[in-house]
Amino acid sequence: MKTVKQLSAALASGQVSAVELAQDYLARIGQLNPTLNAFITVDADKTLAEARAADAARAAGNAGLLTGVPVAHKDIFCAEGWKTTCASKMLDNFVAPYDATVIANAKAAGLVTLGRANMDEFAMGSSNENSFYGAVKNPWDLNAVPGGSSGGSAAAVAAGLAPFATGTDTGGSIRQPASFCGITGIKPTYGVVSRYGMIAYASSLDQGGAFAHTAEDCALLLNVMAGFDDKDSTSLEHAKEDYTRDLNQPLAGVKVGLPREYFAEGLADDVAAAIEAAVTELKKLGATVVDVSLPNTKLAIPSYYVIAPAEASSNLSRFDGVRYGHRAADYDGLADMYEKTRAEGFGWEVKRRILTGTYVLSHGYYDAYYLQAQKIRRIIANDFVAAFNDCDVILGPVAPTTAWNLGEKSDDPVAMYLADIYTLGVNLAGLPALSIPVGFGKSVDGKAGRPVGLQIIGNYLGEAKMLNVAHQFQQATDWHTKAPQL
Amino acid sequence: MSLSLDDVSRIARLSRIAVTPDELAATQNQLNRILHLIDEMRAVDTTGIEPMAHAQDVFLRLREDAATAPDRRAAFQAVAPAVENGLYLVPKVIE
Repeated sequence: MKTVKQLSAALASGQVSAVELAQDYLARIGQLNPTLNAFITVDADKTLAEARAADAARAAGNAGLLTGVPVAHKDIFCAEGWKTTCASKMLDNFVAPYDATVIANAKAAGLVTLGRANMDEFAMGSSNENSFYGAVKNPWDLNAVPGGSSGGSAAAVAAGLAPFATGTDTGGSIRQPASFCGITGIKPTYGVVSRYGMIAYASSLDQGGAFAHTAEDCALLLNVMAGFDDKDSTSLEHAKEDYTRDLNQPLAGVKVGLPREYFAEGLADDVAAAIEAAVTELKKLGATVVDVSLPNTKLAIPSYYVIAPAEASSNLSRFDGVRYGHRAADYDGLADMYEKTRAEGFGWEVKRRILTGTYVLSHGYYDAYYLQAQKIRRIIANDFVAAFNDCDVILGPVAPTTAWNLGEKSDDPVAMYLADIYTLGVNLAGLPALSIPVGFGKSVDGKAGRPVGLQIIGNYLGEAKMLNVAHQFQQATDWHTKAPQL
Repeated sequence: MSLSLDDVSRIARLSRIAVTPDELAATQNQLNRILHLIDEMRAVDTTGIEPMAHAQDVFLRLREDAATAPDRRAAFQAVAPAVENGLYLVPKVIE
């Protein structure tokens, strides 16, 4: 498994061309994607055209650090000329007429698009089973879910179908699949990565981010993705950062907080053991451990599952069969056209969230649900602010268990929502967080255990510090080098 | 709080999503389970807490009042279900 840093060096030395690299990855995608279903769209002609342009830029002396490195993009970022489906029947025929800022930034850096990664429909889900194009399989165990919603991106990187990938995280959709697939994934501070052209789910929570094998590679991709964008009204007016700048800082004196609520009832023993071993390793590297409290952790679930559906019900009202996307074939009048178009175009999880959101915003219920959820959101954010008075980063599990079996929770949305307990608070507060692989869980059905991820939560704009902790851990351990047998 | 079948029909209508009679009971059951989960937060005392609508204290930026976007009507309408003479076609709404 090659890291982006190694690929960048190989391209710079002329050991490999962008075209050769793209061909290698396309061949592996051709071989393994029928099993994993990590990509919705692959278009070799487009990929190779981008690779030839990267080689030409290098020949002309215009190559940057990442020129010619291949990337998989979550199918949520509009890319001009590429089918951009958000894994929905609603957008099955949608070829984006413009580039998202993330895509434009990737192009400007010379990255080569390998394809469009599968996901839960409109980023709603924690298992990648809610895709119009079928579930993604976990490369470590084909009976397991890869996590969601960015399951295709995570599975692609884990299986070596892409060296890195973009994703989005509204309630854990980067960290949880990174954890389930044994790779590194970062969700930055809200507002760091532009949402322009990123199909909206819950706008006050949605944030783009990166997947790779290592924290260092995630920092490199974040350097490309991040930056102020006047096309996004909530983009942070914040000077461009180099997220690699603190990677090599020693951990001596770094204070890591362990929130006791993240280690309470409900956390599986095998996950707890892997997390505790990782904490011991960080102590050996010089970090100091402090006990902190996030007392309202459990309230993140109801608060999130009011706010996110409320915003979704509003955002997804744009899918009306008029300007783009699916339109029902037979209808009787405008209202009937809307209702049939949306009934046919959306899957059931999307419908449930729109219905829930419509209800909590409806007359007579707004204060009791939506306003109350926003007040609890404030309480949760304040808990994090208080905890960061005592530590530099917060550590904990990403999810209560390792990846579950395909189909295990797909008929039970509430069981699926409860598994998001450790990731939702970060989104409600707008904080940055990442997941790194730290081991494997207990054996399942006689097979090897599934990956466990450690969540590292940073303070606002604390990406460089989080990446520092993750990188130092990866310098001392080899969990991030493990690859599934495929 | 539990939703009746009539409530579910009303919410579906407000959402502009057709829910068939066959689907109604299952939808009611799942929405009620979700609402049960959400109801856990209703008892929390939030007196004096300012609602948090956004992850940051955001202010809407203003920009120069000048045209910035080029005319891309043809490209945008190329993905529309039905257009004619640069107009989107929809069923007749006024007789």
